[in-house]
Amino acid sequence: MNHAAEENRVWIAIARAQDLPLREGRVVAIGDREIAVFNLGERIFAIANHCPHKNGPLADGMLSGGVVVCPLHARKFDLETGKGTNALSAEQCLETFPSRLNGGIVFLAISKQSATTDGIPNPCLDHGDGEFWNTQSENVNR
Amino acid sequence: MSSPLPKRESPGNAPATKLVVVGNGMAGVACVEQILRHAPKFEITIFGDETHLNYNRILLSSVLAGEKSPDDIVLNGRDWYEQNKIDLKLGVRIIDVNPIAKTVTGDDGSTTSFDKLLLATGSIPIIPSIEDVMKDGVFVFRNLDDTRSLLQRARPGIKAVVIGGGLLGLEAARGLQVQGCEVTVVHLMDTLMERQLDPAGGNYLATKMNSLGITVLLDLSTTAVLGNGKVERVQFKGGGSIPADLVVVAAGIRPNVELGHKARLEIKRGIVVNDYMETSHPDIFAVGECVQHNNICYGLVAPLLEQGKVLAATITGNKGPTYQGTIPASKLKIMGVDVFSAGDFNEKADGKEMVRYEDPSQGIYKKLTLKNGKLAGAILVGDTSDSHRYMEWLRSETDLTSMRRQLLFPEPSADMGLDVAQMPDGETVCGCMGVTKGTIIRAIHDKGVSTLAQLKECTRASSGCGSCTSLCQQLLKAVVPEFEEESKKVICKCIPFAEGNLREILRSQQLKSVQQVLEIYGNGLGCEICKPALSYMLDMLWCGDHEEDRSARFINDRVHANIQKDGTFSVIPRMRGGVTSSAELRRIADVADKYHVPMVKVTGSQRIDLLGIKKADLPQVWADLGMPSGQAYTKGVRMVKTCVGTEFCRFGVQDSTNAGIELERRFENLFTPHKLKMGVVGCPRNCAEATVKDIGLVGQEGSWQVVVGGAAGKKVRKADLLVTVESTEHALEAAAVFFQYYRENANYLERTYDFVERVGIEKVRKDTVYATAAAKQDLLTRLRKSKEHSYDAWLERETLNHPTQFLQIRPMKKEEVLI
Repeated sequence: MNHAAEENRVWIAIARAQDLPLREGRVVAIGDREIAVFNLGERIFAIANHCPHKNGPLADGMLSGGVVVCPLHARKFDLETGKGTNALSAEQCLETFPSRLNGGIVFLAISKQSATTDGIPNPCLDHGDGEFWNTQSENVNR
Repeated sequence: MSSPLPKRESPGNAPATKLVVVGNGMAGVACVEQILRHAPKFEITIFGDETHLNYNRILLSSVLAGEKSPDDIVLNGRDWYEQNKIDLKLGVRIIDVNPIAKTVTGDDGSTTSFDKLLLATGSIPIIPSIEDVMKDGVFVFRNLDDTRSLLQRARPGIKAVVIGGGLLGLEAARGLQVQGCEVTVVHLMDTLMERQLDPAGGNYLATKMNSLGITVLLDLSTTAVLGNGKVERVQFKGGGSIPADLVVVAAGIRPNVELGHKARLEIKRGIVVNDYMETSHPDIFAVGECVQHNNICYGLVAPLLEQGKVLAATITGNKGPTYQGTIPASKLKIMGVDVFSAGDFNEKADGKEMVRYEDPSQGIYKKLTLKNGKLAGAILVGDTSDSHRYMEWLRSETDLTSMRRQLLFPEPSADMGLDVAQMPDGETVCGCMGVTKGTIIRAIHDKGVSTLAQLKECTRASSGCGSCTSLCQQLLKAVVPEFEEESKKVICKCIPFAEGNLREILRSQQLKSVQQVLEIYGNGLGCEICKPALSYMLDMLWCGDHEEDRSARFINDRVHANIQKDGTFSVIPRMRGGVTSSAELRRIADVADKYHVPMVKVTGSQRIDLLGIKKADLPQVWADLGMPSGQAYTKGVRMVKTCVGTEFCRFGVQDSTNAGIELERRFENLFTPHKLKMGVVGCPRNCAEATVKDIGLVGQEGSWQVVVGGAAGKKVRKADLLVTVESTEHALEAAAVFFQYYRENANYLERTYDFVERVGIEKVRKDTVYATAAAKQDLLTRLRKSKEHSYDAWLERETLNHPTQFLQIRPMKKEEVLI
């Protein structure tokens, strides 16, 4: 991610890592967008929750390695790149979100414009000033 | 046998030659079998110090792993000895040989004279010099008695230490682990199986053993067995130690030459024999692991069979054939851990070339060494499917110059039969039993062999380690017109096994979690196709006593409701037999109001569906309903549809309503390969459509028809009659026997109507209602066990499957993070 993009985003705390069951998805609503979050043990992935086909909730999908399978009609998307991986979804690409783990808390990077946190009193945001962040990476694996 | 053994003639005028065989193991008996082919005038006595009939020693690890019973590995039954008029003396150890008087003395005090003596005394385990190695709890692993002792001691949770990381040590380790032990392998060298593998291959093997859950400690010398009275710890050079309740010493073998010394034969490491298998005494012969030929002592099966053939010719006066040594080849017999090694794999010596392939993510390692354009040695780890090709190249010394591009990966042949068609008749198919392609073809043509079981019986092919089974099947398929291969369809590429094989693997290898299965036998990841299938198999095989992993289940089975097109869920409570009450209906109505349910609908299964429930509301909805889950979202028991039967109907002749409620009670909450719907009708008018259900009971005057395999979905099929019985209890029992048979034998996602058609209703009847009482009882016992472990899924609202099952996440507040 280039510097401009780096400046334009904010890290939002969304869950304790231990509350994300291994290899299952959970949905988190940030402002008016839904993001599906997956705990793959060594890494946490975040991807737009809605399948472009019929809006299927990807957070409810089963994982095939690092690929999520939509529970409605089995469209598949790579969690890393957001790209469709089967014939049904080949042309499509979903937004993915960087994730970080700090002190056992999972943070997602969201662009500042879409990071409306109305309705969440006193949300935990990290603007990159190092308040919550240390450079040590942690392993999610439990 | 591929040809009937000649009947031995009773001694005529000339006195029969007295042949005494010491050793009732594979080498001695295989050699006697060869001797009998020459139809000599021999009076044969065999002494065996074990009390068992001749068995296949290389399958002891399968007995330890619970894959085979001791009876399964018997090679020559008592009738074989009787038919061939062999005097078998079991439990007698020969302790002395007098080469001049030509007698042997047993430990029972008996003296037996011989004209010719055959020593087949095998080998004995090497016991390294470890302090207190004879302590209670320390075992060797060499014969059936050792195996039985180990099985008696091995229990879940106990700590077992195997000293020796060779072929036998690793097989023992896996066997003990399958019995539930926590196993550590301690190996003196820095590579596992260093006699068969190079360091890279050894690394791949160690990784695989680790993934099975076996700890491997390399480059470690064991110095003492510690403990008060019995083993408690094992100590290593340098002072470190680990706890142990059980120790197996598998540090190698050496030829058992004691009797050779007594007979004053020439002995180096083993009893020295020449190319005719003669020892230094004209009337004393030796075969198998106790001999040394050309400075080599073998510890494998193939050489002893080859030696036996030569010796048989020599000893019967048909001297001519010679033994020229055997290319050493070995396979590790641990299911799912494929290791093959043959020939000289050390590429560093005398100008050899090397060809190598590795794929760490798949755990595959292949290395070939070549010399002068010919194969010199091969190592295969993780994929041994080409081992027979390499073995043949080694044996025939094929010039590989023209095949250099296809050494590691043969060009795929368009014709599946071509692979076997290309094999020369003399090529060995079964290395354990020394059976060639030609022998198998002759057995098929001359003896009418048409199944794998017959082939095993007739030629012994594939009755050794079993690794040539698929090759034998290919041959049968190519030659026998009516041969039908057992279902070979694999589930998916993540775990490329046919479902039948997979069920067998999971059962025999005691695997209880999806992730474990995928890591050991698959790609470690799994997908939306194999994970639910494996989840089903584990639940069924272990009758619910497995490690349930919800990440391997579809969303419906994580939240126990059926996902709809908008991401909301449908909730259908159980209404057994379609019978409800005013109280239930009131609660349903209250739930509909409280949660603003957009649609309340009567289903085709005589139940009520609440559609449009949000996932977050599910646990509270179930609590408010106060009814069990109707399982309307899963591959499991859906419902029993009933008519009003004798209770109200003018035409009813059976109490279908109560029979249906009882049927539903008995099977509810269980998983099935696909959804399973049932129906019970009180007369042949069939108002509740029992004849288009997976299982149906059709009431008649004085009896019930039990029908199975009906469908009214994408496909419409009238159910087949399974059986007609008089009482309701018998009808319920017949349904239960079929139900469990379907659960155990259908492929995942195979509805009963496909299953019944695939298997054939005659076979279904034979295996269920017409099966022996014991077989039926077994099915019912497993069903009962599954039922005991099952529960209403909606109770997970209180007893969560895992703490985060229904946990919602949302952006966190600053104060939550800063705590």
